[in-house]
Amino acid sequence: MTRTDVPRSGTLPLVNWLSNGGSGWVLGLIPLSLTLWFASMLPPIIAGEVLRVSYSWIPSLDVALAFRVDGLSLVFALLVVGIGTMIVIYAGGYMAGDSQIGRFYLYLFLFMGAMLGLVLADDIMTLFVFWELTSISSYLLIGYKHAYNSSRSAALQALLVTGSGGLALLAGLILVAIAGGSTSISTLIEQGDLVRESALYMPALVLVCIGAFTKSAQFPFQFWLPGAMAAPTPVSAYLHSATMVKAGVFLLARFTPILGETPAWAITLSTFGAITMVLGAYLSVSQVDLKRILAFTTVSSLGTLVMLIGIGGEYAITAMMVFLVVHSLYKGCLFMVAGSIDHETGTRDVTLLGGLRTLMPITFGATVLAALSMSGLPPLLGFVGKELIYEATLDAHELSPILLSAASVVGKVLMIIAAGIVVVVPFTRAQRAKPEAPRVGHEPPLSMWLGPVILGALSLLFGAFPTQLIQPITNSGVAAILNEAVEVEVKLIPSGLTPYFMLSVLTIALGFVGYWFARPTLQRVGNATEGLLEQGPVNSFNAVVNGMQALARWQTRVLQSGYIRNYLRIIVSSVTLLVSYALLTRADFSRVQWLPIGATVLEWVIALAILSGAGLVVTAQKRLNALAGLGLVGYGVTLIFLFFGAPDLVMTQFSIETLSVLLFILVLYRLPVFSSVSSEAERIRDAIVAGAAGLMVTLMVLVTVSGQLERLLTPYFAQNSYPEGRGRNVVNVILVDFRGLDTMGEISVIGVAAIGIVVLLRLRLGGEKNDPETVSTGKEQL
Amino acid sequence: METLMAFVIGGLYAAGLYMMMRRSIVKLVLGLVLIGHAANLLIFTAGRLTREGIPVIPSTNEVLVEPYPDPLPQALILTAIVIGFGVQAFAIVLLKRAYQTVKTDDLDAMNTTDT
Repeated sequence: MTRTDVPRSGTLPLVNWLSNGGSGWVLGLIPLSLTLWFASMLPPIIAGEVLRVSYSWIPSLDVALAFRVDGLSLVFALLVVGIGTMIVIYAGGYMAGDSQIGRFYLYLFLFMGAMLGLVLADDIMTLFVFWELTSISSYLLIGYKHAYNSSRSAALQALLVTGSGGLALLAGLILVAIAGGSTSISTLIEQGDLVRESALYMPALVLVCIGAFTKSAQFPFQFWLPGAMAAPTPVSAYLHSATMVKAGVFLLARFTPILGETPAWAITLSTFGAITMVLGAYLSVSQVDLKRILAFTTVSSLGTLVMLIGIGGEYAITAMMVFLVVHSLYKGCLFMVAGSIDHETGTRDVTLLGGLRTLMPITFGATVLAALSMSGLPPLLGFVGKELIYEATLDAHELSPILLSAASVVGKVLMIIAAGIVVVVPFTRAQRAKPEAPRVGHEPPLSMWLGPVILGALSLLFGAFPTQLIQPITNSGVAAILNEAVEVEVKLIPSGLTPYFMLSVLTIALGFVGYWFARPTLQRVGNATEGLLEQGPVNSFNAVVNGMQALARWQTRVLQSGYIRNYLRIIVSSVTLLVSYALLTRADFSRVQWLPIGATVLEWVIALAILSGAGLVVTAQKRLNALAGLGLVGYGVTLIFLFFGAPDLVMTQFSIETLSVLLFILVLYRLPVFSSVSSEAERIRDAIVAGAAGLMVTLMVLVTVSGQLERLLTPYFAQNSYPEGRGRNVVNVILVDFRGLDTMGEISVIGVAAIGIVVLLRLRLGGEKNDPETVSTGKEQL
Repeated sequence: METLMAFVIGGLYAAGLYMMMRRSIVKLVLGLVLIGHAANLLIFTAGRLTREGIPVIPSTNEVLVEPYPDPLPQALILTAIVIGFGVQAFAIVLLKRAYQTVKTDDLDAMNTTDT
């Protein structure tokens, strides 16, 4: 609407073009050039080289900003920048006209940089920093539509889950570094046995797994990923399917040579992976929102990847690498398609959509390719991936080939049904006479179909020629994960009627049968179990968060009561307990003189006078009695100073005691009469606390005076007061000369107190509080 | 003598802390004064008590002659007495103003700013 206000000039068409989707084309050049740059590294990496670069970062901790390009990191880096290119171009069209698109690109590129840093990191601290950056940029992107409460809470949920996983990961990484003696991943890979044989191995494994499982939405942390669909669709396509959620998978792959190849690793990863795979696929078929269907299939695919890493060995890892590429290609494509449908029709609800095949033919073509790849049909790459997965699960003899294969079949069958829902329903179902979608769809602009088409075509191209195009790079990736050269054939045509091929045929058959016949049943069952399986984890998460808030409120209420005496009681009790503990466990009581012998009668009299004065203050019912007791204490203390050679203290204490008693008496009749508001029980409790503190002080003094005192400063003052300070009263010389600045501070305190007193006396408040004008002058007050 | 003082100090601390934990603000201020005395005596006793001599150099001498009491704790206490008085005077005046303004000495009635 403000476009008319822009002054007409030669740049106007350019501005219009940029704000209407052109920005994606321009900014897409950045990831595109990165893609080409990384692609140029393919030949050396395939030849078995490892490119490394390192900058000194925290040399004292031996932490470096180090990067490493090997088969594994290169595959991930190519996915990040390659799919990133499509996403940036797509986002230009999808977000066209969004007034805050600059902020969107900022977050998106922040994420891209973080993700690249993560997959290329060669130091576990570098890796961790980038890991956290991906969590933060994911948070910002999910919460991009910050005006919506649902966006904000989904963003917070994702941040809390991945953030707490990040903390666990940090602890795990530190344990790995301690066990392996280095923070360099390259070094750790060579010294994996050191970590595996360490006593810290199990804690490190558990913590790293928590980090990876939260990030990659593994059971039981899978719930945050569907919530993250509150993000704009380009973000869902990029972060929450193709790249970021695979960070956990990447971590596990990267740490396979360090933590892997043990029974604990294999059982943990394959169990959680298999559960996630089946659960995600099961939940996907009962959804109606296109993005949620895809989100749950993403959960399922991530489970498959984790399971394959758990199975281990060159076949499973090859399957993992191939399926990683398969999934990124088809899922990125399908998410962009879901976004296009939403963008052009105004809804993502599959029950409202229909007949889009003729309206969006290009998009339809890309969707079919992606969905076929997702279903694992030849000749797409998905088929190749599926064959390899079955090969891996059927050969997992150390685990349970039957269970894992059965779980994979169930997962894949449900995936085929989900793929069917995504393609068949919105596109080929007969167009209703009156479309229920808010708008009749049409083909989106070039920027929004180019990405899906390229990704769909790549699925086909790679699927048709996997041996030539995929095998070299996956072999080098597998070599990086297993830390040994491998040669696993990745091929489209199965070698005869192998069990894997038979299982594959069975899956496809079951999938099609299931789609046509079992879908309504599945959806009914899915809806019935929705409360438990879908909402259950979300509710548990909310319960934990609410519980923590309730705990915080409770402890604030208990500790921060707002009553000074409660704070005092807690402080005094804690100090008493801690100091008493230290005294009783460490102090030497052998030389303590327990009995007060050696005091003169007069000293006894003074001591008793002080104590009875204190007793009078405590028990007084009238203010005057309390003041008398206070005077008794003050003058008693003065006498103590007198008897033990402190004339300066005597003079000061005497004059000040007199002054303060006068001051008290001056304001006495303006003071309230003593009120006794505490209950008997409160008084007894306070007396016990105060009595214990007094006892502790007595004990402390007794122990202190029983020891030998090292006088270090006293001889200096005794020697130098006259020669240096020209004063015979050593106390005075200390105060005004040796420690003159302290006395300056003391004088300032008195000055501040005096100013405060004057202000308090002159300030007029109370009745005039509605009239601030009258505050201050107040001469009548004095 | 130090043993006797240890009990006096402990008693003063107990009395002072007990008074500070009362609800009446007047008693809080009285407790503050008692704690001040207790702390001064604690420092004084920790520097050991000597009945003979004072920390003043006789005119016949350039340095202190044994026996003399330690001048260092005395210097510290002197500062503490003066600062303690400043705090006490401020507390008394604040107490008076607070009582004038809110018409209560119950601290529980003062933990809100909306009087």
